[in-house]
Amino acid sequence: MSESGPPDPLARLGEQLDKARSRRGGEPAARPDNAGLQQGVGLGFRIGIEFVVAIIVATWLGWAIDSWVGTRPWGMIVLFFLGVGAGMLSVYRAVANINTPVGYRRMDEVKAAGKPAKDKWDEDEE
Amino acid sequence: MAIELQPLEQFEIERIVPLHIGKLDVSYTNSALMMTIVVVLITALIMLSTRRAALVPGRWQSITEMLYEFVADMVDTNAGHGARQFFPFVFTLFVFILFSNLLGLVPYSFTVTSHIIVTFALAAIVFVGVTIVGIVKHGWHFLRLFVPEGVPALLLLLLVPIELLSYFIRPFTLSIRLFANMLAGHTMLAIFGGFAASIWLVAVFPLAINVALVGLELLVAVLQAYVFAILTCLYLRDALHLH
Repeated sequence: MSESGPPDPLARLGEQLDKARSRRGGEPAARPDNAGLQQGVGLGFRIGIEFVVAIIVATWLGWAIDSWVGTRPWGMIVLFFLGVGAGMLSVYRAVANINTPVGYRRMDEVKAAGKPAKDKWDEDEE
Repeated sequence: MAIELQPLEQFEIERIVPLHIGKLDVSYTNSALMMTIVVVLITALIMLSTRRAALVPGRWQSITEMLYEFVADMVDTNAGHGARQFFPFVFTLFVFILFSNLLGLVPYSFTVTSHIIVTFALAAIVFVGVTIVGIVKHGWHFLRLFVPEGVPALLLLLLVPIELLSYFIRPFTLSIRLFANMLAGHTMLAIFGGFAASIWLVAVFPLAINVALVGLELLVAVLQAYVFAILTCLYLRDALHLH
């Protein structure tokens, strides 16, 4: 192969790559599909355990609070249902893929809205 | 002939160099040895492959560059802008878990990530770190993370605890997911391996299953490292931008 192309070694390499690719025939179209699959499998593995762990940990927490404070069944019962709620919430968010893992707001809304209306809730929280 | 099936034996911790500080047992164990190997291998790979960095990368340099770009891409797309400063953290986490998982598949080695104390420590680092980042960045406003917007005050009584719970459950889901996957996979491999060894007349079938399982475990090993890293990115995004 005699090179009469551009003197720049990078450009020459690019030319060679193009030539090699065309010789092998068109196959690089499969990429984006692959990425989607990868994300899907990742998501599947992620949420599989989310729901169960949320309930178990919450129930255990309730049991721990009970034996600490002495309110035998109630903490466990309440926290079990809260755990179900939290588990459903995290599964829903993972699946809905809005990427708002905790809370419902989206970033643009936070920026658009001013602060005064929300400060009240901060006090609620504290 | 009966070979005893002990599929859980592989997870046993053995003290290699017994060490005690006071009452604290800080022995150098096979787990610690494996972590050392993992860290040394990662460091060697990255140092050696980039020692003579060329514009057109060779094989080893390509590996490192692909790793780098993969994680950089993940941080950029999942953690939002301004998260690049956390790239070293996510990269370290991802590569450490990836190598631990993969090297754990080597026969006679030890899978560090099959112990919940290891994965929980990693998850706790992520959890505490992310919380600190959020508090440093937003101060008290960080608590707004737990208060969904546009909800009547009465419902908040219910929703805030749920949000709090789902926040504090994060380190548990993060660690249990990784640990349970590794533990289950390796136990399964050992059980079918045990079948193949004990009933050697029809050993072909468990062996065939094991071959397929090794493939599956490779997938799980890479995927769990990926999931761990991507969730770290999502949590970081939460803390940085408060959704």
